[in-house]
Amino acid sequence: MEHAVAEVASLAGAVKRYGDLTALDGLDLMLHRGELLALLGPNGAGKSTAISLLLGLVRADGGRVQLFGKDPQDIDARRRVGVMLQSAVLPATLSVAELLRLTMSYYPAPRTLDETAELAGIGDLLSRRYAGLSGGQQRRVQFAMALCGRPELLFLDEPTVGMDIEARQKLWAAIRRLVAEGCAIVLTTHYLEEAEALAQRVVVLAKGRVLSDGSVQALRARVARARIRCLSDLDAQAIAQWSHVTSATREGTRLAIQTDAAEHVVRRLLDADPALSELEVLRAGLAEAFTELTRETSTEQEAA
Amino acid sequence: MQTIDLALAAAPTHQAMPLRRVLGAYLAEARSECLRYLRAPSFLLPVVLFPTMFYLLFGIVMNHAADPHALTYLLASYGVFGVMSPGLFGFGVSLAMERDNGLLTLKRALPMPPGAYLLGKMLMAMVAAGVVILLLLAMAFGLGHVQLTAGQAGLLLLTGMLGVLPFCAMGMFVGTLVKGQGAPGVLNLIYLPMSFMSGLWIPLSMLPSALQHLSPVWPSTHLHQIALHAVGLGQGSAWPHVLVLLVFGVGFSLLAARRLRRIG
Repeated sequence: MEHAVAEVASLAGAVKRYGDLTALDGLDLMLHRGELLALLGPNGAGKSTAISLLLGLVRADGGRVQLFGKDPQDIDARRRVGVMLQSAVLPATLSVAELLRLTMSYYPAPRTLDETAELAGIGDLLSRRYAGLSGGQQRRVQFAMALCGRPELLFLDEPTVGMDIEARQKLWAAIRRLVAEGCAIVLTTHYLEEAEALAQRVVVLAKGRVLSDGSVQALRARVARARIRCLSDLDAQAIAQWSHVTSATREGTRLAIQTDAAEHVVRRLLDADPALSELEVLRAGLAEAFTELTRETSTEQEAA
Repeated sequence: MQTIDLALAAAPTHQAMPLRRVLGAYLAEARSECLRYLRAPSFLLPVVLFPTMFYLLFGIVMNHAADPHALTYLLASYGVFGVMSPGLFGFGVSLAMERDNGLLTLKRALPMPPGAYLLGKMLMAMVAAGVVILLLLAMAFGLGHVQLTAGQAGLLLLTGMLGVLPFCAMGMFVGTLVKGQGAPGVLNLIYLPMSFMSGLWIPLSMLPSALQHLSPVWPSTHLHQIALHAVGLGQGSAWPHVLVLLVFGVGFSLLAARRLRRIG
């Protein structure tokens, strides 16, 4: 009964309530083979619940959840899945190699220990006790545990939290290799640059629903908002009236301008004040993007 | 075999899990559980030290009565006292901790075969119980010159290793009720009074009669009777006590399994 299409897992109209709180409100989500999907959203948007449903950790109150065409609680379905959870305290007194061998034993055809260690970049840690590792090293070991079973679908929940830049980039390289091998990956992250660097598809959740589903470019286009800061004595209130300017305020000697067309506003600013200096243009951060996206939906809902 | 596995796995085809590998997963889980706890002094030291220290102090050093049966009797008593703790603490505390720190969630998300987690912990508790009994036996023979046949010693070891199981079930149930750091406290509130009231520290006959009448309620009372049988000091038949412990074990397991299914 497995689907011949490249769909590896799906949520269809999934509903999950915790008491009065509706964590997922009819969520539709489809995961495809060989695709890296970044799942973004503010805290409480339903990311973790969606992943928990797909892993069979919790049962949906409504809708349909499938993992490789099966119930996610079916162990045969989960034998094709690798997992790295956001927080898991692993047995402190076991060595890295022992932890990996244990995890490998759960899978029908795991990678070898050497291949796993090489992919995750932990070859030098194998004989170390887990408790003696730094936070970043522990995350790399957890990543190795996620990929050691040669999964066809990999769940990575905030994988690079606590990693330094070098470790993060090594992990990104490993993720790209896995995707190239045809592994599907679901990544949740708070770092927009991580989603930008890796994801083919970005799904933004809010209040248990899909807010936007598309490429990274499509997401950025939706939140094309930038912040301009500069030293200038132009009148903030006058600038606030310009087209494409959402807000303009004065912070001491500096002007702070919110805009959806930074190039246009910058050109006009430079024309208006040749003495303008210390110009900065910042693209909206992820937090602002989310605020913007969620604000849009709530006003839409009010208008409807 | 290895190379064939690899060649097949290189293609993105899904394969079924061979039975040999499923069994291997159970073994790996049990091995990891044992290694991990036997390497942790904070678990092993209290489990091993309390019964052996008590036996050394109250049995061997302070045994002025020179009663030949006293040391054998205390061997059974402290054996039961020592066997209870890997069951209650090894199972209860670790389950409570791992429900709290995300390890249980990860294990449930991973394709670990069903029950491997609990079986692994059971086996670990049995090994720890075995270690405690062996140490007590070594002290009894070496320092106390207790007269026991090899059969009796073996029977006591068996009693300890199987007798830990109802306490595993009890610990598991407590582990599903309490989360995280609270578990050791709650378990001590059960462990210490229960040891006292079932006559493991002071013989039942020296306790107030109200406590004597209450004693059949505690599983440790029954394990104590079985252990006394094992060393040749039993009265009546041991089988009713085995039956009571079986009911205790199954009852608590069912209660715990129901709670685990509901709350995860």
